[in-house]
Amino acid sequence: MIFLKTDEEIELLRESNILLGKAMGEVAKVVKPGVTTAQLDKVFHEFICDNGAVPGFLNYGGFPKSLCTSVNEQVVHGIPSDDVVLREGDIVSCDGGCILNGFNSDSAYTFPVGEISPEVMALLRTTKESLFKGIEQAVANRRVGDIGYAVQSYCEQRGYSVVREMVGHGVGRSLHESPEVPNYGRRGNGVLLKSGMTIAIEPMICLGRRNLIFESDGWTTRTADRKPAAHFELSIAVRKDKADILSTFEYIEQVLGERAI
Amino acid sequence: MAKQNAIEQDGTVVEALSNGMYRVELENGHQILSHISGKMRMFNIRIIPGDKVKVEMSPYDLTKGRISFRYK
Repeated sequence: MIFLKTDEEIELLRESNILLGKAMGEVAKVVKPGVTTAQLDKVFHEFICDNGAVPGFLNYGGFPKSLCTSVNEQVVHGIPSDDVVLREGDIVSCDGGCILNGFNSDSAYTFPVGEISPEVMALLRTTKESLFKGIEQAVANRRVGDIGYAVQSYCEQRGYSVVREMVGHGVGRSLHESPEVPNYGRRGNGVLLKSGMTIAIEPMICLGRRNLIFESDGWTTRTADRKPAAHFELSIAVRKDKADILSTFEYIEQVLGERAI
Repeated sequence: MAKQNAIEQDGTVVEALSNGMYRVELENGHQILSHISGKMRMFNIRIIPGDKVKVEMSPYDLTKGRISFRYK
C-alpha cells in the first residue's frame, strides 16, 4: 500500500528532514580521529531530543541506538559503541532519522576521518554522485527500476559493486514504507512512480565485491572481502518534472568545508 | 536506515516437512515456510536440515519462500 502525501504532509516531512540535516551537521563537527562511535551517537541523540523530536531509529525493530555508525568495511547498521575508536584514514557512514510532527526522516552521509586514500575518496564521490543520478530519475511516470538502473550503471561503470541485500524505501509516517527502491534494476521495471510518493534513495556501494556478511549482533552488515563501502541517503518527494529533495547535506558540507565529498 | 530487500536471502534449513516443504531460518532470524523449486526437484537435489540455502521471497508475503539454490 503506497501512501501518497499531500503538499502539507510533504512540508512536514521537509521540516523533519531539515532538523535531521542539522543534527548530522552536529555529528560532522565531532568526527575526528580518536572519537568513539558512541560519542557520535550521543551528539546526534542529544541534538534531536533538544529540538523536540524523537530519534527515528531508537528501538526500531530493537535497534539499541539513535544513529547507525558503519566504519570502513561495515556497510550499514553499525551499532555505536565505546569500543570503536575512529582512526585517521577511516570512513564512517552515519545514518540517522528523526520523527517530527509524526513524520520520519532518513538520511545518511559517509564521513572521511582525517585524510583518506584517494581510491576511497573516489568511492565516496562516486556513491554520492550516483545518489543524485538516481534522484534525477525519481520523476512521476518513471519506474523504480529506472532509479536502480541509474545508480547501478553509474557505479559499475567505474568498477564498484552495488549491494543487493539492502534497499531504499518509501518513508513517511512509518520509517519503512512501500515501495522498495533497490540500487540495481532494469529500466522500465518496477513500481510506477507517482507525484506525492516520498522515498529514501540510499546507494550502498562497495570498493570490492558486493557480497555481504550479517554479523552476529543481528544488525551490522559488512563486506565479505573487508574492503570499504560507502553509503549516502536522501529522502525525496517524487514530482512531475523534478524530484523535490527533502533532506539536505548543506549543514554537513558547511562544517566540512573543502573536505566535503 | 536501509531496508532489507525481501527478494533473495540466504538461510539455513531447520526442519524438513513433507512434499518438498522446508522450514528455513533466515539470517535475520525469521523462520519461513519454503518449498523446493521445480528445477531442483527435477534434478533430484536433496536438501536436509542444516543445509545453507538461498531463498527467494515475495515482498507481498514475507512468510513464504522458494528454495532456489543449495550451497555446498
